[in-house]
Amino acid sequence: MDLLRFTTAGSVDDGKSTLIGRLLYDSKSIFEDQLAAVERFSKKRGDEHVDLALLTDGLRAEREQGITIDVAYRYFATPRRKFIIADTPGHIQYTRNMVTGASTANLAIILIDARKGVIEQTCRHAFLANLLRIQHVVIAINKMDLVDYSEAKFEEIKEAFQCFASRLDNLVEMTFIPISALKGDNVVDKSEAMPWYQGPTLLYHLETVYVGTTENHVEARFPVQWVIRPQSDEWHDFRGFSGRVAGGVFKPGDAVTVLPSGFQSKIKEIHTADGPLEEAYSPLSVTLLLEDEIDTSRGDMIVKANNPPQVGQDIEAMICWFGEKPLNPRGRFILRHTSREVQAVIKEVKYKVNINTLHKIEDDLEFRMNDIGRLSIRTSAPVIFDPYSKNRITGSFILIDAGTNETVAAGMIRG
Amino acid sequence: MSAIRSYNVSLLQQLESEAIYVLRETAAQFRNPALLFSGGKDSIVMAWLARKAFHPARLPFTLLHVDTGHNFPETLVYRDEFVQTIGANLKVASVQDSIDQGRVVEEKGHRASRNKLQTVTLLDAVSDNKFDACLGGGRRDEEKARAKERFFSHRNDFGQWDPKNQRPELWNLFNGRMHEGEQFRVFPLSNWTEMDVWLYIRQENIPLPNIYFSHQRRVFQRDGSWLDAETGYAQPQPDEPILEKTMRFRTIGDVTCTGAVESPAATLDDIIAEVAAARQTERGTRADDQRSESAMEDRKKEGYF
Ligand SMILES: Nc1nc2c(ncn2[C@@H]2O[C@H](COP(=O)(O)OP(=O)(O)O)[C@@H](O)[C@H]2O)c(=O)[nH]1
Ligand SMILES: [Mg+2]
Repeated sequence: MDLLRFTTAGSVDDGKSTLIGRLLYDSKSIFEDQLAAVERFSKKRGDEHVDLALLTDGLRAEREQGITIDVAYRYFATPRRKFIIADTPGHIQYTRNMVTGASTANLAIILIDARKGVIEQTCRHAFLANLLRIQHVVIAINKMDLVDYSEAKFEEIKEAFQCFASRLDNLVEMTFIPISALKGDNVVDKSEAMPWYQGPTLLYHLETVYVGTTENHVEARFPVQWVIRPQSDEWHDFRGFSGRVAGGVFKPGDAVTVLPSGFQSKIKEIHTADGPLEEAYSPLSVTLLLEDEIDTSRGDMIVKANNPPQVGQDIEAMICWFGEKPLNPRGRFILRHTSREVQAVIKEVKYKVNINTLHKIEDDLEFRMNDIGRLSIRTSAPVIFDPYSKNRITGSFILIDAGTNETVAAGMIRG
Repeated sequence: MSAIRSYNVSLLQQLESEAIYVLRETAAQFRNPALLFSGGKDSIVMAWLARKAFHPARLPFTLLHVDTGHNFPETLVYRDEFVQTIGANLKVASVQDSIDQGRVVEEKGHRASRNKLQTVTLLDAVSDNKFDACLGGGRRDEEKARAKERFFSHRNDFGQWDPKNQRPELWNLFNGRMHEGEQFRVFPLSNWTEMDVWLYIRQENIPLPNIYFSHQRRVFQRDGSWLDAETGYAQPQPDEPILEKTMRFRTIGDVTCTGAVESPAATLDDIIAEVAAARQTERGTRADDQRSESAMEDRKKEGYF
């Protein structure tokens, strides 16, 4: 069965958690004991109606405050598809959690409160979805029940969003759906209150939208995670390089190069515990055996000669800053990229992005929490990379504060 | 042959590849990781995947069983056989020892459970053996606090989880860096559902403890759960009559807090059909989760898996 990973986005109280609860509830993916627990809690808290957001707001602090603090992952399946949902928080101070949920998604649902229209968080999240190259976006205009299910209101918001989104270059497909997460209109069942809307319900759209693979099957990339050397007589000469294919296709007999050393060899065998494979491609985890004994270890990358990746110590990247303290341009960082970890310093802060206007900010270069912009980074050892636009795996990295060990930034390498 | 072809990867292949990737990251990023092995289906699947991830070498992990002493005998037999088959190293950390050493005090009364005590036993075993990471078979679909977990879950030097301040986990880049004394919990099966686990067990033909399948068992009812009356660990009260029924277990844990379900499911196919039609979550049979609204979150904050 086919798998779709999607994430929610939108400002606080736009109804993200309620919508996920509604999707689960109306698609009969809720168990009786879960529902009973939610009903109990809602009643105890004195809610007017059962709060379906409680189905994903699983932490005590979230339930008490009625907000989402961290990403919750939920799973459900219909006969057409299996879904992994990341329900993310809308508060600006939790943007890093929103990005966490979005980094593995193929589709984003951006909620807009019909009473408020397009606001700063809408723009921020659309911008982030675009930056992370989530190519499919559903704009769910929610709380239609509070604007008399007005078509004019829907059209007005749709136009405002399209106007902003026309400047986002990676969005392949946008679908606008008027909904009420609370009442259930157009979530799983077609709304009777909005006969003017002819499009699909949200669930139908999620079940049927064609989402091309995000895997790259062209440029062959294999980051080495671990070297297998059994200490046994039976497997005496076995020396395998384990990892998960990050791009392209590998076959026995293929000529390969190990980077950064540049040594060349051929693939002898693609080993798995279930026997050898005839080919390996993303995202399979396998173990490669090479014809020659060459020095290879974790952090190296096995590639094929056509379209090799870049190898270098200078990286240009867009980053999203997560640290609670502003970025210190003279700070010491660890850069983690595929299975490689190197030290890094900031060579130059180029600009920040004003997410409302999408203009560059060049007169205030201090990156505070949730700022997005462009940096040049210098690393202590070579990194083997592709532009993020070509390969999500070999084009992404995180920065870790060398003192606190906290993850302080997400980076996407520019071509 | 056409130039464009599709590279189909089944859902189980995707989940398997992801779990193997996480297991290898764990081996690479930590000095001395342990794999928590309870003899329940999730830890069995995790250990199975670990064997595959490092084949043909041995597992680079110690298996750690935190033993409450209240086991189904079938689970222990199974545990020892399984450990031998996959050629792993097993360490048992016993709650009884923690009680004998005065590290914890046994709860009193007929509702006493050792579930809370095992956190101390686990944390002691972690510090005695200098484990810096523990692999757990927890899945996000199991329980609402687990739905909030990262693959690599950072714990402070008391083993505690701080759910409001988790490290962002982007793409598949796991940050396992820590200060001396801190630890990690790692969950390779995060994205698996109960159904995925069963489908995988069937696909791989993994042997299971036989109490997962339908059998006759003497049980009694408490708070809506059917508790075991055969091992003697759970004590029926006078108003809790013992009945013999056709039962099986959906999860296996400490006998005193794992409820059985009435079921005729005798094969994996039967179980899969049953799971597909289930109207209750699997942890609905676990008295340890029913103790309060946020029982799981509280235990995780204390340092439980
Ligand atoms: N009237 C109305 N209220 C809604 C709707 N969707 C959500 N709400 C309410 O809006 C509030 C915030 O919802 P929640 O799902 O927690 O928002 P989140 O912060 O985006 O996750 C709650 O009180 C919901 O009951 C809707 O379609 N109509
Ligand atoms: Mg929410």
